[in-house]
Amino acid sequence: MRVFVEGVGLLGPGLNGWPTSRAMLAGEAQYVLSSAIVPAGNLLPAAERRRTGLPVKLALAAGQEAFVHAGRDAALTASVFTSSAGDGENLHHICTTLASPEREISPTRFHNSVHNAPAGYWSIATRAQTASTSLCAHDASFAAGLLDAAAQVAVDGIAVALIAYDQPYPEPLHSVRPIDASFGAALVLAPRAGEHAFAALDISFESGPAEVGRLMDDDLDALSGRVPAARCLPLLAVLARDTTAIVVLAYGDKNHLRIEVTPWH
Amino acid sequence: MQALAINHFSIINSLGAGVAAIEAALRSGRSGLSACHFETATLDTWIGQVAGLDELQLRTDLAAYDCRNNRLAQRGLELDGFTSAIAVAREQYGAPRIGVFMGTSTSGILQTEQAYRRRDAHTNALPADFCYAETQNSFSLADFVQRYLGLRGPAFVVSSACSSSAKVFGHAARMMAAGICDAAVVGGVDSLCLTTLYGFNSLGLTSKTPCRPYDRDRDGISIGEGAGFALLEKMPARANTIRLLGVGESCDAYHMSTPHPEGRGARLAMQQALAAAGLTPADIDYINLHGTATKANDASEDKAVYELFGAATPASSTKGATGHLLGAAGISEAIISMLAIERGLLPGGLHTQNIDSTLHSNYLLENKDAPVRRVLSNSFGFGGSNCSLIFGASE
Repeated sequence: MRVFVEGVGLLGPGLNGWPTSRAMLAGEAQYVLSSAIVPAGNLLPAAERRRTGLPVKLALAAGQEAFVHAGRDAALTASVFTSSAGDGENLHHICTTLASPEREISPTRFHNSVHNAPAGYWSIATRAQTASTSLCAHDASFAAGLLDAAAQVAVDGIAVALIAYDQPYPEPLHSVRPIDASFGAALVLAPRAGEHAFAALDISFESGPAEVGRLMDDDLDALSGRVPAARCLPLLAVLARDTTAIVVLAYGDKNHLRIEVTPWH
Repeated sequence: MQALAINHFSIINSLGAGVAAIEAALRSGRSGLSACHFETATLDTWIGQVAGLDELQLRTDLAAYDCRNNRLAQRGLELDGFTSAIAVAREQYGAPRIGVFMGTSTSGILQTEQAYRRRDAHTNALPADFCYAETQNSFSLADFVQRYLGLRGPAFVVSSACSSSAKVFGHAARMMAAGICDAAVVGGVDSLCLTTLYGFNSLGLTSKTPCRPYDRDRDGISIGEGAGFALLEKMPARANTIRLLGVGESCDAYHMSTPHPEGRGARLAMQQALAAAGLTPADIDYINLHGTATKANDASEDKAVYELFGAATPASSTKGATGHLLGAAGISEAIISMLAIERGLLPGGLHTQNIDSTLHSNYLLENKDAPVRRVLSNSFGFGGSNCSLIFGASE
């Protein structure tokens, strides 16, 4: 399947947007590990924004950045959201409340607990009535999202935004599922090479486990291994280098994605 | 879209285990709902609970996946010859060429709720027997099903609240059209847990009586649990087969937990499903409504249905029989829609005494035996996530 990349959004520790992160991902500038700065964003009204958890803010910020680069209308674009953990903070609060004698969950916490909360807020914020889905495949959540988004681009001939995000769990869940950082990334993918397209991806789903390539920086490599959504980094690093390369992303222990990246100008 | 063949499916919920039991219950107008005595819940509401899950043992090689949701999945997979049918398909297509796309809203969250009650008093740690990836993570369901069936193709979970296991049909159709797999197991499982019981209660959306879709006095949902699975194939393996004809997906872009008052997203999903199937509203013989029995859902859905179909097309919600199966609602009602076609049965809605006079669709209160060629099934969820499916008999 061939898709064209029109825009990238990126938010993570030391990665504050695609333009400033490119050199670090390309190995041209030193990557400096620091906490992710999640901008408040202006997509949602302030009152609504206060009711949302960090994953919604991550997803919306990454998505918004990708659409600015893509020069495309989010309201008319389908979307695929993918996350391993969803809103772990919210889950922790709900389980803590349910383990207490009162058991009174807040209604806002409950409706924010659905895995598709970021997709819901995204559609409200961008007024997109287009098809939108919310996926999970544990550590392979990014690969699953990319495969699904690419299939939709190829089969339906439409542009699709892929938005991946993850947030660390608080304790005691963190000990059983360590996710080390908040991270959000977005790609706007299109079926044809329009004026904003800067790379072509030829994506195939392959049987068998695969050796995933290392990034140039040890800290970035570690980040990619410790946050499911950050498993997109080997792909983003190739996009940042603007070179032809083959990227391999693990899809569980039985399969992988093979992505041939070709710069497109 | 290219129509896909459905030769095998299985179903379980509070109405019964297997296609024959579900059909018999629908024909007799029996409801699976009962007053809530689930786990430690102390809520005045009705639920659709599946009996026997507490005693059920998972296959020993998958013991780490043990939780109510995967027990229910295993029960469902063993019904209606489904696992045997997949073994045949595995020989035919090869394990890597069959995808697994599952819908769930809460996966094995009950396991986590219970683990939180057993946290270490000193360290706050979760108990050592808690298996996060195999139970709590949303992917747990697809992972379990894939391993249980011995498949090795692409797999993921769709978790878009109550549209989850309707949307899996769209995902599977795209994956097959893109050539990533040749066949797909789609399905959904959601099981009772305190999060949804107390959560819907906090929103004032659970009824104190068995839910009454489309009733003047409807006042909320009855939460249920269930599982359903279907095998999608490109070529019909036999003449009299059910087909997936169309899928429509949309967003309300309106509110997180309230549907658009005019049914804007619902109408869009139905229109897109019709367009994908190359059909017009007059081609649909029965509509299985989302029909949750909340004030807002039924009013919103009715507007959308009436605008598209008028008052001619028979429609009903089967949630009075099964309860709202949340992430398993889409697949369960898809299978009830397939039964409607196969057995010529339009199921009347249960518990509804007085149809709300402000609703205008042709809501069925009694079962009707009639030839059914095509059915539209609606599933709508929190976040304004809508999905409509169209099934038909083979031509």
